[in-house]
Order: sequence, then structure tokens, then C-alpha cells
Amino acid sequence: MLLTIYDFTRLTTAIHTWLTSKMGDTLVMLSEMVMVGLCTLTFFVVLCLILVYMERKVSAFMQIRMGPNRVGPWGTVQAIADTVKLLLKEGLTPDGADKLLFNFAPILVVAICFAAMAPIAFGKGLAIWDINIGVLYISAISSVGVIGILMAGWSSNNKYSLLGAMRSGAQIVSYELSIGMAVLSIVVLSGSLKLSDIIMAQESGWWIFRGHIPAIIAFIIFIIASTAEINRAPFDMAEAESELTAGFHAEYSGMKFAMFFLAEYVNMFIVCAIGATLFFGGWMPFHIGGLVAFNNVMDFIPSPIWFFGKTFGLIFLIMWFRWTFPRLRIDQLLTLEWKFLLPISMINLLLVTLIAIMGWYF
Amino acid sequence: MAPYFFYFLAFLAIFSALMVVFSKNPVYSVLFLVMTFFAIAGQYILLNAQFLAVVHIIVYAGAIMVLFLFVVMLLNLNKELEPHKSSLLKLAGVIASGILMLTLIGTFRGATEQVVGAGLSDGLTYNNQVGLVKNLGKVLFSDFLLPFELSSILFLSAMVGAVMLGKRDKEPIEL
Repeated sequence: MLLTIYDFTRLTTAIHTWLTSKMGDTLVMLSEMVMVGLCTLTFFVVLCLILVYMERKVSAFMQIRMGPNRVGPWGTVQAIADTVKLLLKEGLTPDGADKLLFNFAPILVVAICFAAMAPIAFGKGLAIWDINIGVLYISAISSVGVIGILMAGWSSNNKYSLLGAMRSGAQIVSYELSIGMAVLSIVVLSGSLKLSDIIMAQESGWWIFRGHIPAIIAFIIFIIASTAEINRAPFDMAEAESELTAGFHAEYSGMKFAMFFLAEYVNMFIVCAIGATLFFGGWMPFHIGGLVAFNNVMDFIPSPIWFFGKTFGLIFLIMWFRWTFPRLRIDQLLTLEWKFLLPISMINLLLVTLIAIMGWYF
Repeated sequence: MAPYFFYFLAFLAIFSALMVVFSKNPVYSVLFLVMTFFAIAGQYILLNAQFLAVVHIIVYAGAIMVLFLFVVMLLNLNKELEPHKSSLLKLAGVIASGILMLTLIGTFRGATEQVVGAGLSDGLTYNNQVGLVKNLGKVLFSDFLLPFELSSILFLSAMVGAVMLGKRDKEPIEL
């Protein structure tokens, strides 16, 4: 097995042993926390810049126009220019707003994004906290994100904000069920909730290929439900600008608005990373069971490249949705979840369980 | 490290639980309740019961509290609309909850004495692997299979009941 050539465990272990030789246990833990926090923060910022630029270019491509092309080569510095603009703008707090909650809501939303990133494996041995119930942890953390949105909508003291927040709450609480079912079907196939175990279970092929049609159905349900969960078009009922001006963040400006905006992009990255991990093997290279030579050639491509390639492929898919489908009405949205996606995913889960018990997967 | 975390989380849990009661604004009460649940989930993690912690957050903070917030925000409850309770009612409430607290303290003290009396020299022999999802699942599906299945039937009937309540309205709504 050549999987060990790009193993980050050696790097992290080396850092840990070096730190342990210099200071006590508590200090080692604290300094490692600071290092991980700084890395995550940098990653977060770079990721947002790339995703904003990518969204603008993808939307331009979909609508046969140029997109940003003035600032920097091919408009690559456009996102940085936008950030500077947002930083310089005044962050207004309306008079009638509940000051404390109004200012706390964007921080909470961003903090939850950070927390949800913990168990994601960016490469072999490159996860912040490989907790033994990683999948459940992510769904728990992302279900809390709606509290931040509700806070923002209520504290703005604006009927459009409140309506947007209510819609978002109803949407996230209902689509969470389908996501849970889709995720459970992969958990059943791999027999573990730990993300590293799920990735290792896909060593002889990714689940979307090995799990027959039920795995593909689970993937389709996952991608629809997660588009709804992160409030993106065609499910962006929470901000539907033609109905609610800007929904729950109508009253926000400057950096506070930017935090909601960035949280949306990071959430998109997180759901795509989970989708890539569960259905496409995370950092696991493209393997076909039995073809040793082919698998070894694939192992020469570093694991982070596999992970980010798959994740950005899924992100492109979600951006494609946004610029292709018209927005749903709120009742259509809830009908889609409760009358179609949820029953289908329940039956699908039973089928996957049958496949897993009988060992029918490849 | 762990004792400091324990004291911090315990302080946070008690403080936010008190704030749930003392906040004038119902929305703040609900948000403090969410904070209490998070502090308690932190205690579960200190006991190496990550599964319990995560389920606690999913069920309480993620689902039930969101519905609470929903209702409180939609009705837009605030202190002007809150009905004033007479001081007699308040006194009765304080006495009743005081008695409940006494009962709980008595019960837990009794429990500790029983365990110590049962011959376990170190008080409680706590298996720190019991909270992991693997061990929990094994226990649930072997020793406690019947209660587990009964409770799932209870949940199913509650779900069916909710659907039936939602379907009761036969006439189409005029839009």
C-alpha cells in the first residue's frame, strides 16, 4: 500500500513531540490550540476569498458574461477589494434593535462555522479533532446555526427580517431530517460514525460507486437537502430579495453583514466537504478494488488534492443550482421535504441497510 | 486541566439557568436555556460521553429550543404583555420548588450512601468507556432492548398523533 507516502500524521506527531520536549502538558495543549486556531482562521479567510471569486466567475459563465475582470489579472483581486470596502463601511445598529443580540448574532454564526470544521479530514492525518462520532458532531453543530439566524432576524426589529428568520428556521429544521437519513445510510455501509473510519472503508472504491443505486439516491437527497440547509438558491427563502428585501440580514451593514455572507460560503464548503467525505471517499484516491497497479498510480496524487478536488467539484454543482433553478415558494419547499424527500430517504435507508446486511455492495 | 473546566462549566450552567428565570425578556430566557444545555453537554464530554453530549445538543439546543424560539418570537411576547402574578402565587411557587429541591438533594445523598454501603470502597467505580457510542449501543440493544423498543413506539405514536392533528383541517385554506 502506497497510501503512506503523503501521510500528515508524521508532521503533526513531530510537532507534538517537539512541543512536549520543550514545555508541560497544559502549555502544549494551549499552544497547539492556538496554532490550530490560527491555521483555521487563515484557511477560513483564504477559502472565502476563493469562493466569492469562484461564485462570481461561475455565475458569469452561466449567464454568458465576463464577470470580474478589472482588479488584478482576470479580476482575481476583486474579492480582496470587496473585503476592504466592507471593512471600511460603517456597521450600523438600528435604534429599535436589540443591541446585544443584534451584534452577537453574526459572531455566533461564524463561530458555529468554525466549530463544524473540526472533524473534517483535509488530507491523510490532517483533521483537527477526529472524534469518534464525527458525523453526529457536525450535524449537531450545524443544527445550532439556525439559532444565530433567528437571533439576527428577531433582534433587527424588522418584519422582513423576522419573516426571513422564521422561514429559515422552518427550512433548516425540516431539511435536517433528510440530511440525517442520507448520512445514516453511509454510516450503515461503513459501520462507523468516525470520519477517518468512513474514509478508510472506501479504500477499495467510493461508496457512491460501491453502494449501487441506493447510495446514488442518498447522495442526490443529501445534495438537495444540504443546499436547502445552507439557505442557498433555489431554497434561499430566508433572504428571497424579491419578497423580503434581504431577509434576516436586511438591517446589517459593513463587517457584520460580511460575517453572514462569509458564513454562508464556509457553510457551503462544509456541507460539500462532508458530501465528498461520505460519498466520494474524502482524501481517498480513486481506487478500483483489485487493480493494484492502477491504485498505486492514483496514490501518487497527494491526498489534499483529492479532497479539495472533490469538494470544489461539489461546490461547483451547488453554484450551478443557484444560477439554473428558479426559487421555490415556501409551501412548495416544505411539501418537497415532507412529502417527497423524507419518505424516499426513509425507504432508501431500509434498502441500504438490507444491502449492508447481505453484503451486496462491491 | 479537567477540574478547571468542570468548575467553569458548572458555574456557566448555574448562572445561565438562573438567568433563564430572572430574564425579563422571554427570548433571552430561551437563549440562556440554550447556553445551559451547552454547558451540560460540556460536562458530558468531560465524562467521556461524547455521544450523549452530541445527542443532547441535537435534540435540545438544535430542535426543541429552536421551536421554543420560534413560538416566542412569533407571538412576540414581551414584558408589557406578561400577565402579572400575585405575590401569593409567587410565594407558593417558591415553596413548591424549594420542597422539590430538598427531595432531590435527599435522594442523591441517599444514592451516594447506598453505593458506598454496597461495598465499593472507592464510592463509584466509573467505567470511562461506557459513554462511547459502541458500548452504549451494545447495552441498549441487549440489556435494555424492551424499554428501548417501547420508547421508540412511544415516539412513533407521538409522530402519528402530530400528523393527525395537522391533517384535521379538511377545508382548503383560502389564499
